[in-house]
Amino acid sequence: MSTLCLGTALDIMKAVYPPRGAFLNYPLGHTAGPPHRPDLQLRIIVEALEAFTSLTEPGQIKILPFEWPDGTSWEDDVLTGVDARQLRYDSPQYQNEEDRLRAEGVHN
Amino acid sequence: MPVNYIKLIEDQYTALGYSTYQWVVNEDRPPWTPLARPLAECRVGLVASGGIYVTGQVAFHYNDDTSYRVIPREVKTEDLRATHFAYDLTHARQDPNVVFPLDALRGLEKEGMIGRLADRFFTFMGGIYSARRVREELVPRLTEELLAEKVDAVLFVPV
Repeated sequence: MSTLCLGTALDIMKAVYPPRGAFLNYPLGHTAGPPHRPDLQLRIIVEALEAFTSLTEPGQIKILPFEWPDGTSWEDDVLTGVDARQLRYDSPQYQNEEDRLRAEGVHN
Repeated sequence: MPVNYIKLIEDQYTALGYSTYQWVVNEDRPPWTPLARPLAECRVGLVASGGIYVTGQVAFHYNDDTSYRVIPREVKTEDLRATHFAYDLTHARQDPNVVFPLDALRGLEKEGMIGRLADRFFTFMGGIYSARRVREELVPRLTEELLAEKVDAVLFVPV
């Protein structure tokens, strides 16, 4: 099978060295586009999938031609931002209580 | 300008008092499989590491969770959930498509730009510090699943 790896961290993608890469210069957590922008999400995936045709050597990375819609100031925020990672809990972390009840109900 | 994440994260870990984080750096040329048929005839798979699950499934935990979830192709987008410790989940929870581009892929399947989506997609929570456990536990199982899906092409969506 042929693979294509999206990503928003170009240096990490180069270290990983996948067969095909498509880099999107967007903030972490938006690898496939901005929220509530189905038009832009579609264009991003179309441009990304085009790499299956246009990339011809292993390890090449296509730079997707999109800028974050609100501009590039988010890059400064990354460099100066606080480490916002959560603790590494070892029990399932549900998005909401309803999910937890649904999941636990199945296993009763 | 693309952010230099490797340096940023190394500095963060050093400031926290940890020894230098050992990044995975793959030196060998990656394997290459040319597309076997035009994209419009391809069965396309999707693997995403942003911690996506479907309501009703057990959610990921945050301590080297090497499990994965099977997301059926007919899932309702509004039933998708996101959980992960290392990225801001706000937008993924409002619109899971930002880390799991299902609506876009469905649109392309409908238009005929891709042949068909796989019957099952696969997701995991990519915040796993043990590269060894990823290689030994997660990768072989995902590979088996993708082969069973008989996909021609796979899109990987990391976070």
